[in-house]
Amino acid sequence: MEKIIAGKTVNVNEEGYLTDFSQWDKSIATEIAREEQIGDLNEKHWEIINYLQEQHKNEVPLSIRKIGKSGVVDIEAFYALFPQGPLKKATKIAGIPKPASCI
Amino acid sequence: MNEYNGEIKKMMIILSKASLENVYAAFILANGARMEGIEAEIFFTFFGLEAINKKKLEHLHVATVGNPAMHIPTMLGGLPGMEALATSMMKKEMEKLDMPGVHEFLDIMKASGVKLWACKLAMEMFHLKKEDMYDGIGGILTVGEFYKKSAVLGSHMLFI
Repeated sequence: MEKIIAGKTVNVNEEGYLTDFSQWDKSIATEIAREEQIGDLNEKHWEIINYLQEQHKNEVPLSIRKIGKSGVVDIEAFYALFPQGPLKKATKIAGIPKPASCI
Repeated sequence: MNEYNGEIKKMMIILSKASLENVYAAFILANGARMEGIEAEIFFTFFGLEAINKKKLEHLHVATVGNPAMHIPTMLGGLPGMEALATSMMKKEMEKLDMPGVHEFLDIMKASGVKLWACKLAMEMFHLKKEDMYDGIGGILTVGEFYKKSAVLGSHMLFI
């Protein structure tokens, strides 16, 4: 379905995840972050978002364990930066699919 | 169940067993809750204490006796080495799925904000001290204290 985010019409699924990454840009990320009550994105947020997008591009399945070993952020800080479900929120902001991981 | 339309806000998990399949069930449920933004706490009691016992936690086994899902006769399950074999097979499969070992899993849960509690009575029964346990546990609680921690709307309790 279509949704207007940051003044742009984008395609999202029923949970609000972008279905076409080419429609993603930083203003969309900023607005989703606000909607998800993450607030303003700082440098560390962007670093994680870039990392997640890179992993997704390389078709690496995402998990909390992998994030912890990424060297980008440790698990505790990841939870602090994206409270209330960090992996699902961070991927939503990054414009990539919600990971189907339980770990 | 009507509060928050039945939405789960907190999972209170009681782990009373030390076989690997039960320990992982508890850990995955707790960690999975945190991943969804749900609070999670685990109360380790009776044999469940082995999962946070420093000396034991890396040596937990899959149960091969009395476990019909193993699809081997119970008599064979009791033979020496069977548990070790089944355990090493299961660990290999879990590694393929990127599942951490018990110690690393405890570290992940701790970092994710899962609260880990040891049962006071069971600690006394097995003559265990806090120093014997994984460093990341929140403390030693009575049943009553654990119940108090679940006193929020949307709290659910699970016994494994």
